Amino acid sequence: MKLDDKLYLVRFNTDKLNHIKIADPEVCLKQCQDKPCTRICPAHVYDWDEEEKRISVGYEGCLECGTCRIGCPFGNILWGYPRGGFGVSWKNG
Amino acid sequence: MENFDVIVVGGGPAGLAAAISAARAGMKTVVIERGDYPGTKNVMGGVLYSRATEAVIPEFWKEAPLERPVIEQRYGFLSGDEIFAAAYRDPAWAGPPYNAHTVLRVKFDKWLGQQAEKAGVMIITETVVEDLLYKGDNVVGVRTGRAEGDLGAKVVILAEGVNAFIAKKAGLAPQLRPDTVAVAVKEIIQLPQEKLEDRFCLEPGQGATIELFGDSTDGMLGTAFIYTNKDSLSVGVGALLEPLIRKKWTPNDLLESLKAKPYVKRLIQGGETKEYLAHLIPEGGYNAMPKLHRQGVMVVGDTAMLVNGLHREGSNLAMTSGKIAGEVAAQAIQAGDVSDQAMSVYETRLRDSFVVKDLHKYRKVTGFFEDNPHFFQVYPEIMMNAARMFFTADETPKKERQKQIMKMVFEHRSKGALIGDLFGAWRALK
Repeated sequence: MKLDDKLYLVRFNTDKLNHIKIADPEVCLKQCQDKPCTRICPAHVYDWDEEEKRISVGYEGCLECGTCRIGCPFGNILWGYPRGGFGVSWKNG
Repeated sequence: MENFDVIVVGGGPAGLAAAISAARAGMKTVVIERGDYPGTKNVMGGVLYSRATEAVIPEFWKEAPLERPVIEQRYGFLSGDEIFAAAYRDPAWAGPPYNAHTVLRVKFDKWLGQQAEKAGVMIITETVVEDLLYKGDNVVGVRTGRAEGDLGAKVVILAEGVNAFIAKKAGLAPQLRPDTVAVAVKEIIQLPQEKLEDRFCLEPGQGATIELFGDSTDGMLGTAFIYTNKDSLSVGVGALLEPLIRKKWTPNDLLESLKAKPYVKRLIQGGETKEYLAHLIPEGGYNAMPKLHRQGVMVVGDTAMLVNGLHREGSNLAMTSGKIAGEVAAQAIQAGDVSDQAMSVYETRLRDSFVVKDLHKYRKVTGFFEDNPHFFQVYPEIMMNAARMFFTADETPKKERQKQIMKMVFEHRSKGALIGDLFGAWRALK
């Protein structure tokens, strides 16, 4: 089963405010070869945008696990919780 | 500013257990939860242990929305398409006082929240706590993300889970690292009850759990699991983040690879995936445990790294730590002393309980397996080869076969290394 189809099953109350920020996009471009955020996020929120030379962040699909925050080798992902009442809302848990 | 005796940050099993025990001791208690209601942000495998739950809600099984009582625990090593498994089954576990149940956290935590409200706890939902409030060096409440959202308290209990933002700011949470957390993903796969019970050889209503090691995580430190719910399976896999990054896995690919294993495939066949979930598990154990208290503050559950990964216990450590923290908060407030010294009673009691004793017993385990990854790679292969050779009937005399098996074992691992492994494992687990 494809990840996109799985994410389609998840219930979100999407906030218009982005709760994820890349602290310094230059770090992704110049220092980070591996870019583990593009793999370790269970929801594939992070993607390398070759045209814009930066990590694109699809915060709307964030499952709020926090893996990116720990896994970024440069501590370059400023991840916090969405505002109260927003974000993922599990059906089963 | 509204004032409470006790503020609990987070409505999971740890936080709600804390709130219930504080409220029962007469404390004006509030739980601040960021979800729509307790449960909507919460994920675990999930096995709920009866003794720790019963200590908070006596005879909870009569009313709580539980999935199935666990009567069988199966452990398997996967290597390629092969499996070597062992199981323990006791039908007596299907009745009171039970040992463990599978649960779905959205339902269970919602119910536990209702029990907290019955005990007099107020629950504020859809609210994120941003920081502690201080007066000088003393903690006097919390600041929330709401307008005029300051709330006062004599004691704050931090049950915010593994992403412990507030505890970190207060110096009560360690910096999580890729080698101290596991990332886990799971699917809820719906199956008709009868089919599910047939596949797991269960009487109506009974449940089983399966943990799979070895190739289930591509040899990375971690586990895969299959738990039976009422009319669905919780199928998931968790692996330490450090090897996951190194081996360039994505969590979903790891889960899909598990689902494609012949043994797993047959169990989930025809099921319909209803939800895909993700969560971090603090695996640092005893050595990563933070300072558990300071003046006016205690940390409980995942926030305090209270997870026994080897036994896949966490919800029970959470509830026991929460219950103790709630009681200590009430005693301290009644005695008019919420100093760090007064809060240290929590740590003393936790150290006297199974919670810290178990973490202490296994304090070397994570490090040992990290330093000896062949345990999850070479040994499953040895086991599989040995079993295949032992059970294959091909006219080889058994004595000769035995010699072949020993030869195979020593080809994979020298005698010296085997003895070293045995001694090392014994030291890590004793």
